[in-house]
Parts: sequence; C-alpha cells; structure tokens
Amino acid sequence: MWSFSNIANQLHYWLNDHFSPTLTLIIEMVLAGVAVIGLFAGLGLVLVIMERKVSAWIQLRLGPNRVGPKGMLQSLADTFKLLLKEGMTPSGADKIMFNVAPFIAMIVAMLLLAPIAFAKDFQLWDLNIGVLYVSAISSVSVISILMAGWSSNNKYSLMGAMRSGAQIVSYELSAGLSVLAVIVMTGSLQVSDIIHSQADGWWIFKGHIPMFIAFVTFIIAVTAETNRAPFDLAEAESELTAGFHTEYSGMKFALFFLAEYVNVFIVCALGATLFLGGWMPFHIGNWEGFNHVMDYIPSSVWFFGKTFFLIWLIMWFRWTFPRLRIDQLLNLEWKYLLPISMVNLLLVTLMAILKWHF
Amino acid sequence: MFISGKNDIPQFEQVLASCSSIFTCNEYIRGNQNYMGASSLIVLIISAIAFSGGAILISRLFLKPTTNKQKGEPYECGIPTTGKTWVQLNVGYYLFALIFLIFDVELVFLYPWAVVAKSMGWQALVEIVIFFFILFAGFLYAHKKGALKWI
Repeated sequence: MWSFSNIANQLHYWLNDHFSPTLTLIIEMVLAGVAVIGLFAGLGLVLVIMERKVSAWIQLRLGPNRVGPKGMLQSLADTFKLLLKEGMTPSGADKIMFNVAPFIAMIVAMLLLAPIAFAKDFQLWDLNIGVLYVSAISSVSVISILMAGWSSNNKYSLMGAMRSGAQIVSYELSAGLSVLAVIVMTGSLQVSDIIHSQADGWWIFKGHIPMFIAFVTFIIAVTAETNRAPFDLAEAESELTAGFHTEYSGMKFALFFLAEYVNVFIVCALGATLFLGGWMPFHIGNWEGFNHVMDYIPSSVWFFGKTFFLIWLIMWFRWTFPRLRIDQLLNLEWKYLLPISMVNLLLVTLMAILKWHF
Repeated sequence: MFISGKNDIPQFEQVLASCSSIFTCNEYIRGNQNYMGASSLIVLIISAIAFSGGAILISRLFLKPTTNKQKGEPYECGIPTTGKTWVQLNVGYYLFALIFLIFDVELVFLYPWAVVAKSMGWQALVEIVIFFFILFAGFLYAHKKGALKWI
C-alpha cells in the first residue's frame, strides 16, 4: 500500500539490509534533511501563489496569469528575481545581528516541523511534550523579529519590531489557553495521543460550544502571532513601509518571507491536529458505508486538506478585515480574548470532569 | 453523532510490532524514543542553516556588490534621516511586557495541570478556580491602574 509510513519503512529495511546501522542512520538523516528542505521550498512556492490567487479571487481580479499555465510559475519566477537581487547591509546596521536574524527565523520555522504528524505514523519526532515544545519554540520567533528591527538602524524597523513583540507575546496567551482546552480533554501533550483521541470524532464536534470557542480563539490568536492581516501591524505598509524587514533585500528578505509563510502553515497544521483531528478521516456515527469510503482517502490527504482549509481561512481574513490600530489590537487581546479563553478553559474542564463530551 | 468504529486504530502493541523505520516508531532499534527521535532536531537545525546559507551564497554568485554613501543610508522613504534611530518608545510596550510575563509563567504552570486535570476530577477544578481567582485579581488591579490602556 502506498503511504508515507510504508515507504519510510521499506526504505529503512532496504538501507538496513545494504549498509551498516551507522551509515543507515546518516543516510536517513540526510534524506530527512533533503525532504524537509524540499517541503520548505515547496510550501513557500505554493503558499505565495495561493495567497495571490485567493486575493485576486476575493477582489475580483485575475491575479498572476502570465508565467506558466494560469500563472502557476509566478512564485518560482519571483524566487529567481530575488536570487538576482543584492542582499545589502546598511552601513549603520549592526552587521552580525542583521545577518543572523533571518537564520534564526528560518531555524525556528524549521524546528517547529518536528512534532507535526503529516500522515499516519509519519512524523519526525513524536515527543511526549509535543504541544509544549511547539509553544516553546514558536515564542523564540519574536527574538528574530526584534533582532532584525533593532539592528537595522531604521526607525520604521524598530517601530515594527516593537509592535510585533508586543503583539506576539500578547496573543501567545490566548493561543496557549485555547490549546490547553484540548489538552484538558486529551490528558496528554503528545501529538499522536491527541490525534488518536479524536478517532471517534474531532474535538471541534465532540467538545460542544466551549471547544468551538477555543477553536475560534486559537485561529484569531495564531493569525495575530504570525503577523498576518488584520493584525499585520509589524509590517503595516501604509505606516511603516515594511516594518521590521524594511532594510532587508534580496535573499535575506526572501528568508523572512518564507519563514512567515511556513509559520502560517505550521500553526494551521497545529490547529488541524488539535481541533480537526490531524490525519483522522471524517466519520459520521454509524454510517458504515460512508465511514468506509472516508477511510479509503489517504491520511496525508486528510491532513493537508484540513491544513490548507485553515490556511485559506486565514487568507480570507487577510483580504476581508481592515487593519487594527495598536490600541485596538491590545484591547482585543487583553480585554476580550484573554478573559474569554480563561473562562472557556474552566468550562472545558467542567465538561471533561462531568464527561459531557461525546 | 461523529463516532466511528474503534477497530481502525491500531493498538499500541500492534504499532510497536509493525514499526521499525526512522519515521515510524522504533523503540526496539534506537533508544526509547519513537520515530526519528531527538536526532531530528539536529537534522532540522542543520538543514535550516544549509537552506538559508545556501540561498544567500547562491545569490552572492550572481551579483557584483557595489557600495556608496547613499546606498548605505537607512531607508526612510527618501527623506534624509534625522536624529538618533534608537528613539524612546512608548512606555506601554514595557507595561504590556510585564503583564505578559506574569501570565506566561501562569501558562507554563497550567500545562502540567492540564495533563492530569481529567483524571484528578473535582480537585483539579477547585484548584484551578482558586488559581484563576488570584490571577484575575491581579489582572483587574492592572486594569484599574490603567496599565492596559494605550496612552
């Protein structure tokens, strides 16, 4: 059967038969590295063209339609353009910090891939504190933004970085609290446990209204955490030109851009894992026939389908809502989302203890 | 409702017996960790550095860097920049960072609680209500003092 875990298994057996265990490990590490880099590059290309097509569709425009069939190669052409640009460092900048910041953004985005289950039994590291690991690593991303803004020697960059810092740390709270709602229900931080607990229904359906509130808070919070519109104050074009990456050009800018899109993918993958059952197929009660048909769809298709649905949702937000002001943004978090998600967590706990969920 | 048959989920023993690759669990082969284990972090860090470093190096190959005084100036929409760049910022950022710190530590305390909450039952709920009450009192105090207001 063709599935990711089967292919990986076969590869492992074949390598073990032909090479020594050490060499097998090294080859597998190299293969995993190549696969991850491929995923990164692929995601960057796909998400950029998807964003442009979705925005064109929402605004009744055509969008990119010249390069390749229906403009599908546009982001590839953009990548080549960025490759040919000079990635210069301004003379007043702190050279080391300026050049290290995009690397940190990329490392953070890459490290977040580790606990994500892409398909059934296909995961880099199913560590027992998976969700805590994701929230711990993702909070490092603010450091790269602050480094970039601080070292640029540009007022726009500094303002963008400070705003972004205030915004990311604030929204981390309600994102964390809504993630905790799922953990209370599951009783485990391990990603595979969380997915297996949704075999008889996804949490968003099983958990009644409190779980749905948690899902909505999570989506709002991660939209803010990834600096996407309507919360894109860090790079508000009309006020700060480009925010924290004003001074970046060429490939260094492209790395920030790529890291942002991969972060969007990762938070959506996390949302799909926690609330929409990860790679679990959609099942309805006792409809044996329907459930059987759903089981035939590969688990990877389910995972990527749910993830891309959430990404589409976040893109829809971007082209629907106007940008918030910084005081409105902080009001929304501290006066609405945080109290709501705290009370919601108590409700979810009550539900879990009384076993009101399905 | 949304309930499926449980038989399509492999039992833990079956998973252990069937898996042995680097991507699937391999408790028998390498240590006690499932899947690729902690070595995946090394792979991820190295591939991130290789990817970004490689991209920057490739772009270096194509260009002939030039420098002049104007090119190195900070970009502020064409107007010559005046004064120091590292200006004083609104005190609000500092206040929000302080409040965030309190709540973030609280969040870290909540993770271990959340794992055992369901099995502990009512005890867990009472404890967290007291915990939230104290926290919320502090939050209301900050709100009353105007720390949450953007000046």
